[in-house]
Amino acid sequence: MFKTILKPFSKFFELQAKTHYRVERHSMALTFGIILAAGVGGFVEIAPLFTIDDTVEIDPDMRLYTPLEQAGRDIYIREGCYACHSQMIRTLRDEVERYGPYSLAVESQNDHPMLWGSKRTGPDLARVGEKYSDDWQVRHLVDPRALVPESVMPHYAFLLDAQLETDSLPDRLWALRMVGVPYTDAMIENAGVDAVGQARPESDWADGVLDRYGQETAVRTFDGRTDLVTEMDALVAYLQILGHLTDLPQQIQPQAEE
Amino acid sequence: MMSNLTGAERASAMLITGIGVVIGLTMAIAGRNDVMGAQGWIVLAFSAVLFFVVANALYHPEPTEDRTTSYYDDPTKVGILLALFWAVVAMGIGVWVAAQLAWPNLRFDAAWSSFGRIRPVHTSGVIFGFGGNALIATSYHIMQRTSRARMPDQVTPWFVLLGFNLFCIIAASGYLMGVTQSKEYAEPEWYADIWLVVVWVAYFVLYIRTLARRNEPHIYVANWYYLAFILVVAVLHIVNNLAVPASFAGAKSYSAFSGVQDAMTQWWYGHNAVAFFLTSGFLGMLYYFLPKRAERPIYSYRLSILSFWGITFFYIWAGSHHLHYTALPHWVQTLGMTFSVMLLIPSWASAGNALMTLNGAWHKVRDDATLRFMMVAAVFYGLSTFEGSFMAIRPVNALSHYTDWTIGHVHAGAMGWVALITFGSIYALTPVLWRRERMYSGMAVEWHFWLALAGTVIYVFAMWNSGITQGLMWRTYTESGTLRFSFTDTLIAMHPYYIARALGGLMFLIGACIGFWNVIMTIRHVPNLSPELDYPKSSKATEPAVPVAE
Repeated sequence: MFKTILKPFSKFFELQAKTHYRVERHSMALTFGIILAAGVGGFVEIAPLFTIDDTVEIDPDMRLYTPLEQAGRDIYIREGCYACHSQMIRTLRDEVERYGPYSLAVESQNDHPMLWGSKRTGPDLARVGEKYSDDWQVRHLVDPRALVPESVMPHYAFLLDAQLETDSLPDRLWALRMVGVPYTDAMIENAGVDAVGQARPESDWADGVLDRYGQETAVRTFDGRTDLVTEMDALVAYLQILGHLTDLPQQIQPQAEE
Repeated sequence: MMSNLTGAERASAMLITGIGVVIGLTMAIAGRNDVMGAQGWIVLAFSAVLFFVVANALYHPEPTEDRTTSYYDDPTKVGILLALFWAVVAMGIGVWVAAQLAWPNLRFDAAWSSFGRIRPVHTSGVIFGFGGNALIATSYHIMQRTSRARMPDQVTPWFVLLGFNLFCIIAASGYLMGVTQSKEYAEPEWYADIWLVVVWVAYFVLYIRTLARRNEPHIYVANWYYLAFILVVAVLHIVNNLAVPASFAGAKSYSAFSGVQDAMTQWWYGHNAVAFFLTSGFLGMLYYFLPKRAERPIYSYRLSILSFWGITFFYIWAGSHHLHYTALPHWVQTLGMTFSVMLLIPSWASAGNALMTLNGAWHKVRDDATLRFMMVAAVFYGLSTFEGSFMAIRPVNALSHYTDWTIGHVHAGAMGWVALITFGSIYALTPVLWRRERMYSGMAVEWHFWLALAGTVIYVFAMWNSGITQGLMWRTYTESGTLRFSFTDTLIAMHPYYIARALGGLMFLIGACIGFWNVIMTIRHVPNLSPELDYPKSSKATEPAVPVAE
């Protein structure tokens, strides 16, 4: 049966086999053949994403991550949170109703790398910012099952005792500028003190954060500890900004109610 | 093993390991205020141990016999043992990770023992540690046999094998310390990535040089697949890992890509890691060991050509099916879906070619568990490629994406196809490599086979149930048009499946442990095979190409 189906193509197979029979004697012919065959698809799918203008929406008012939030994002990555939480609300009715307006490309345009995720062992976090209080987030991270008995999330109590390392933040913001995030010289220079300032509203450094990152920046003692700026401060600051870098999704999708 | 190296080779091995010590020390000093410092000490220790192993044997007598009359199998042997070691470790961690989802308290209290940090140890350990070592080891065996030629030198194969394992160790230890780029299956940071490029270039050069020495006009199909594996993985690895380190004294780097372009690049990489690491390479294994064990020629040469070029060309397009309904432009999603469906043709051509090869040898499949491993692997390959094409269809993906269905699909491929073909190949290869009459225990191979098969089936069924249940619950509405279930409702529904999944994984792990034990016992206790007829032969006759010196 197999042979009857393939019969009309026999000439093509014959030619193909004969050609291949000659080509497969040369390792370099195979090498270039493989690179060519495997190169086409990736090029056609990826290259235009950099050149076609409407791939990413434009929002001139898009906010940047503050150093504290970026430090929190790095902790989010370090702890592998992306393995269980997506940050990408798909264009499906139930997702929009559960999590909020579907995600736009512009929202992650400064995310190096993106954290869209591939698995929801826990819920999507694209719009989790300000959905819960700082206190809830801290208590949930310290002991998830105290607040959500069914949860299978690991606890991260140690973050509350870990002092946030801020010395490397200027370097980190510099590297981010190298890959395209528009941080200014002043932002890079003051990254360390800005991180501390954002978690210390009463300190002199707090004003600098508002100057450089906008008056709407959340300047709070995120983890409730006034003696130490901790990794918990950074992570909660990051979680609270998720979904609030731009208003574009809400403007484009006014019908979707959160 | 050292006695097979010449004086010059021992000297260059000392030089290479010495450079390794210097690099490790540099990393340790430069990164002393960062986790990179700890990684430097690991590089230093790894290189120093090898340095002393070589130095210890530097003045031992050199080999005297003509080396062209035999194959060089020492690195293959070590590679097989390393693959089995990584299998036991990484599958063990897999069971632990799975158990954490059923019983979250198994997370304990350490920073390093949370799901997020040990999950990549499992994935990288299995894919790169177990799969990668098995691929490198079998490729050494196959490229020499099908070329009827010995490898060109004796240092490069060790450099590639041990260098690759150093990469795996840096990766795994890094995850536990929190060193990760967060790109799935490309988590290691910039210095590990650069190191892997060096190793990989050496691997490619070794492969091409061995092929250049062949006493056989044609390059056998298994080698095409290994070549595709080496070449395309190199391209994927380099592009996806482009990044700017925050400091050369620290581990942290930031990807050159962001947002939607990063997502596409990542899944172009991610899906083709499946294609060219977990498919191409292992098809190379299948194309050599299955016909060899069944003592039947490959069913169709033309199908081999069709499926090879089909897989190489189509697979690369398929990555965007990981991003259906996301902010990725629609046209890319559609391309990914279309090619994923078309991919079924070359995939089934391969699976069919393998199964048709067994025609006339089905009684061997019944009696020989080793061949049965390979047969069932081909069946699972066919099943999971069908499932993959199906799940890539956009509306199906709406249900399956983000759920355990994806995990089930991956494990049908990884356990049912990749691991089974590897274990089958290892059982076929071990007696040949160590010149033993047979495996130590045929019964243990049977036990391993049934444990592995049962474990896979339990695992996959548990994840199908859990994934489809969760996907359906997420989109269930009440009569008044509101969402019926909260997220935590789905967690309760999945609990029994998570227990079943851990059990299936445990059975698979026990099988792997039995396999490791069986290989060790074969090496230690099974009598030698005589006569030892395994040397490069001319393709024209079964006579040796050069007189046998032994």
